[in-house]
Amino acid sequence: MLFGIEWDATNSWTLAVSIFPILLHGLWVTLQATVLGFFIAVVLGLVLAVLKAAPTRLVSWPTRLISEFLRDTPLLIQLFFLYYVLPEFGIVLPAFLTGAIALGVQYSAYLSEVYRAGIEAVPIGQHEAARALNFAPTRTFTHIILPQAIPRIVPAMGNYLVSISKDVPVLSVVTVLELLNVATIIGDRTFNYLVPLSMVGGLYLIMTLLAAQGVKRLDMALPKTGIPLK
Amino acid sequence: MNEMTWTDYLPVLWEGAWVTIQLTFWSTIFGALLSFAAGLGKLSSNRALRWLSVAYIEVFRGTSLLVQLFWLYFALPLVGEAIGVNLRLPPVVAGILALSLNIGAYGAEVVRGAVQAVARSQYEAAKALNCTRRQTLFRIALPQAIPEMMPPFDNLAIQNLKDTALVSLISLADLAMRAEQLRNYTQDSPTIYTLVILMYFGMALVLTALMRLLARGVGRWRPAGR
Amino acid sequence: MTEPIIRFEKVVKRFGDVTVLDGLDFTVAPGEKVTIIGPSGSGKSTILRILMTLEDISDGVVWVGDEPLWHEKAADGTLKPASEAHLHRMRTRLGMVFQSFNLFPHMTVLRNITEAPVHVLKVGKAEARERAMGLLDMVGLTEHADKFPYQLSGGQQQRVAIARALAMRPDILLFDEPTSALDPELVGEVQEVIRKLAEEHDLTMLLVTHEMRFAREISDRVCFIDAGAIREEGAPEELFTAPTEERTQDFLRAVLDDG
Repeated sequence: MLFGIEWDATNSWTLAVSIFPILLHGLWVTLQATVLGFFIAVVLGLVLAVLKAAPTRLVSWPTRLISEFLRDTPLLIQLFFLYYVLPEFGIVLPAFLTGAIALGVQYSAYLSEVYRAGIEAVPIGQHEAARALNFAPTRTFTHIILPQAIPRIVPAMGNYLVSISKDVPVLSVVTVLELLNVATIIGDRTFNYLVPLSMVGGLYLIMTLLAAQGVKRLDMALPKTGIPLK
Repeated sequence: MNEMTWTDYLPVLWEGAWVTIQLTFWSTIFGALLSFAAGLGKLSSNRALRWLSVAYIEVFRGTSLLVQLFWLYFALPLVGEAIGVNLRLPPVVAGILALSLNIGAYGAEVVRGAVQAVARSQYEAAKALNCTRRQTLFRIALPQAIPEMMPPFDNLAIQNLKDTALVSLISLADLAMRAEQLRNYTQDSPTIYTLVILMYFGMALVLTALMRLLARGVGRWRPAGR
Repeated sequence: MTEPIIRFEKVVKRFGDVTVLDGLDFTVAPGEKVTIIGPSGSGKSTILRILMTLEDISDGVVWVGDEPLWHEKAADGTLKPASEAHLHRMRTRLGMVFQSFNLFPHMTVLRNITEAPVHVLKVGKAEARERAMGLLDMVGLTEHADKFPYQLSGGQQQRVAIARALAMRPDILLFDEPTSALDPELVGEVQEVIRKLAEEHDLTMLLVTHEMRFAREISDRVCFIDAGAIREEGAPEELFTAPTEERTQDFLRAVLDDG
């Protein structure tokens, strides 16, 4: 029994049918962790991107190092670090929140690169034209550069959203009851890993294929000429 | 009992790091082979080969690595029982297999993309010289495509190194596992995890340097002009 | 009259809804040097690309020698679409020089020339190399044999591309606007090489160009094509000095004023 739902292990088919609602509970947790982690990554990534572009190297270089460090070290270790080390300093967070923060921190480094690449992809001529027209730097950024960068940035963000969902199972090591953790618990108790784990694979496949379609639609819907900000 | 200092941790952690290095090495090699096989398979004129490649790429990119690892380690033996074959994999085999299959699927898209990015005019020139499909691929397209694959391959190798930490969850004694064991023993998590995260970072820097060397090696194929 | 080496028979080529060649009839005699002129979009390059098998045809038959290019003769004498093996065999008779050279950027000049002879024609390496050096000598680039394409000027690259095409010993050589991508001061050296080829070889040459003076100098015959069919053809001095069709007159007036 899990989430108050019993399973029927008579055979593989009954097991599959009976655990489906339990897996959906796990899927719901996975989606929540994905969205919260993504939200943290979007905001933190923006901070990193701005600091990396800071005019003084005193700020930009350490930020680059931090960003590189976050990208080059395993999510699992970052998660353990937050989970075991923070309490030593009196910060005790629920496992779910710790997990979402770990996801957000790791992916903030990736997203900061997405922002940077999107902005750098706008041709230099656009900066020059804005300058020739005597636009103020902030206006150049918000009205000329950013609108043209958004169609490149948004689809890449979508892809990272999907990537985050595939990293959520790592959170099972700190007891978060996401989809994979639920499936392994069922496997441990019924000695049938094949059915729950295969179902998790299938659910992931459906989820990511749908998401990939969504990103593709989004990409096509965004005007390549840019999105003017009001 | 807690008389260990951080220098005492190092031999234990190094033992784990060595396992991590070997896992990274082998899964990167096998992953690269799979990348080319599936990436070129997806471009093949043979329909069966094309479908097989697409199915492989979609399944392994579309699901989570940890799910794949657990499936190979926990679920595959049950498939084996059902068909009367022993498919119980030792952790190291399951680990390398999952890592290679996963990274190979991502690498396959890199290979496909780079080969397709070779200018159409190059394929036309090869055709005008009457090169066969195979000759065009191996003599004209791949030499131009491989240098373009190197930056994304660098990222995938780092990804692979990071992913090896997950095999500790099927009881392989890599760096992440050693850290966990030490933590259980000493409860000194700040020191241990600081050391471990720095060791992973160090390995990543070395790996990047190696990939740069490799990129320079194949970069000789890339003309400076275009 | 000898049998034509190239014969287009009511050839139609459509790209989606656009008809580029509209029942084209066109022949070239062995050894003949023919220039195709016409406004852009008229289908000039498409004729060459069909011959090089880079584009297929929508209808009609193209003959090269006594064999159909895009078809094979079935046992009962009817024509069926060509197999890759047939196309491969037919391509051995043709060579092409592209507007943008299309040299292989990862190979030296010499490798660019020897690669196909060695691996497609299975010529020995030493022999291919010797012949390549001979061809480089002909285009005046022997000292650049070991350079990479990006180290050469556009004119030099195009001369290498001509040598590369000749190394395959084609019967028919196709030139698709060979000087259009070149800076004006480099056009002459490439034209010089083509002119020499035209004078000294019995190669059949088919040239698409916008350089009317050059067309006049090297061609046995000039064809004016517009809207997917040949509107007028004849010896260069006739066509350029006394075109009979109004469209030809308009076209020539426009391009000659330009130049």
